Amino acid sequence: MARREEILKDIQTRFREDIVDFFDKSSKRVYIEIKPESIVRVAGYIFKELEARFNIASGVDARTHLEILYHFSLEDINLLISLRVKLDRENPEIDSLAPVFKGANWIEREIHELLGINFRGHPDLRRLLLAKEWPAGVYPLRADYREWDRNAIRDRGV
Amino acid sequence: MARSVIPIGPWHPLQEEPEFFTLTVDGETVVDIDVSIGYNHRGIEKLSERKTFDQSTFVIERICGICSTSHPFAYTRAVEDIIPVEVPERAKYIRTIVAEGERVHSHLLWFGLAGHFLGYNTVYHWVWKLREEILDVLEILTGNRNNYAMFKPGGVRRDINADDIPLVVKKIDSIVPTLDRLKKAVLDDPVLHARLKGIGILTKEEAIDYCALGPTSRASGVAKDVRKDAPYGAYDRVDWDMIVTENGDVFDKVVVRILEVYESIKIMKTCLSKLPAGEIDLNIKDIPPGEGIGAHEAPRGETFHYVRSDGTNRPARHKVRAPTFMNLPSYRATVIGETISDATIILAAIDPCYCCTERMAVRDDRGRKILGGPDLVRLSQEKTKKLANKMGLQ
Repeated sequence: MARREEILKDIQTRFREDIVDFFDKSSKRVYIEIKPESIVRVAGYIFKELEARFNIASGVDARTHLEILYHFSLEDINLLISLRVKLDRENPEIDSLAPVFKGANWIEREIHELLGINFRGHPDLRRLLLAKEWPAGVYPLRADYREWDRNAIRDRGV
Repeated sequence: MARSVIPIGPWHPLQEEPEFFTLTVDGETVVDIDVSIGYNHRGIEKLSERKTFDQSTFVIERICGICSTSHPFAYTRAVEDIIPVEVPERAKYIRTIVAEGERVHSHLLWFGLAGHFLGYNTVYHWVWKLREEILDVLEILTGNRNNYAMFKPGGVRRDINADDIPLVVKKIDSIVPTLDRLKKAVLDDPVLHARLKGIGILTKEEAIDYCALGPTSRASGVAKDVRKDAPYGAYDRVDWDMIVTENGDVFDKVVVRILEVYESIKIMKTCLSKLPAGEIDLNIKDIPPGEGIGAHEAPRGETFHYVRSDGTNRPARHKVRAPTFMNLPSYRATVIGETISDATIILAAIDPCYCCTERMAVRDDRGRKILGGPDLVRLSQEKTKKLANKMGLQ
């Protein structure tokens, strides 16, 4: 447990300027909200220096804003750190983590097409899951999404 | 330099799942690879937001027919993490038994397919026959060969009957002698050595960089397993070993999976003998607002679920990450530089599961079937007629 406190204290002092909110939920879960522009610095430190494993990122439409949670697990102390960033709904943009480690490549492509968040500096921001015919600017995981053209879906491939 | 492009897919002739590989080759050597998925994307994360917490368990059970315990396991843990609660001891043991049974059948399934991919069809039939035994075990325990419907937030739905345990143990024991022979036959086979050793190597650094999971990373010397690192269920109450090998080639991935089958059998048997008495369900009524994370070491690696609740009876957001999603991009590291004849087995070595990756489930357009059974019959008859006309048979 001592090493856990040490690591969390270290993160808090090292990134004092970047952290917006720090929520120690339980012995196994910590949620840290950071400023969007700090993501590469903080996530890079957790991945490279603390040797955490990147589990995945989950994009959420929280209606007033968009959120991305980057989940990292530190296996040796059984701790899951979730970095939360809040993005503006109108023009959601954040720096890409794909140049830092390859594991972030696909999930950023997925969040890009499903939630419409732009990742600056991503090497290959093509569509991953959606079809070519899917119209641009329609994001299925947004809360205000309505099925764009039901006839088109039904007619495809039949 | 003359380069050719070889397309494989969108319906993979061997793996029989929808994915599309574009291999760029220079002579025999693969110089570039691109993977397209999404041919079966049906939006299950969105679908889950329209179901109640209990209904979602059934929906995500159908993400994948093979991992039909892994997804509910991770999902129920995520929901329990929101509250947070610990499930009763007996439920933990039952969950572990079912999850390990699933690992045995999944690894055997892959093992058979790997033999099939190599043109070694004896192994394929032999292993799949063996797999039937473990499916029988799962049927006795849960009532189903797949899609067990055992899990619910707060516990399990069905108890294990004490009268069934001796039969189950006997059936599990009956697998071991065949497995021993199989292990010996396969691991000592010089042809398989020549075919699998030293190809498709994923180094430890690459495994970490790609965040690879499960047997794919453990074969590369990354000693990470959710069951050990963040124990849940009954995994910290029984004695078992994590299998780690160092070489990272296809052969090591085979070894890891075979040896894991033995560990799973050990875990199942210990859990069955130590099964504690007591409740199996907490009867959770309300899920408070909040967010929860659940992970489970599926046969292919960690399955990760993130669930957010806004206090209603439906998830406000449900993120599913299947292990293949992280393992698939590592193709770039393993296939490039190998010959095209080896590419097939390397592409199969991570035990890919595209259904999981695309999180598909049966969904039709607002309850209406796009094509029903009679439609398919009609289409088939029309096509036969057309062909017959063309060939002048009528």
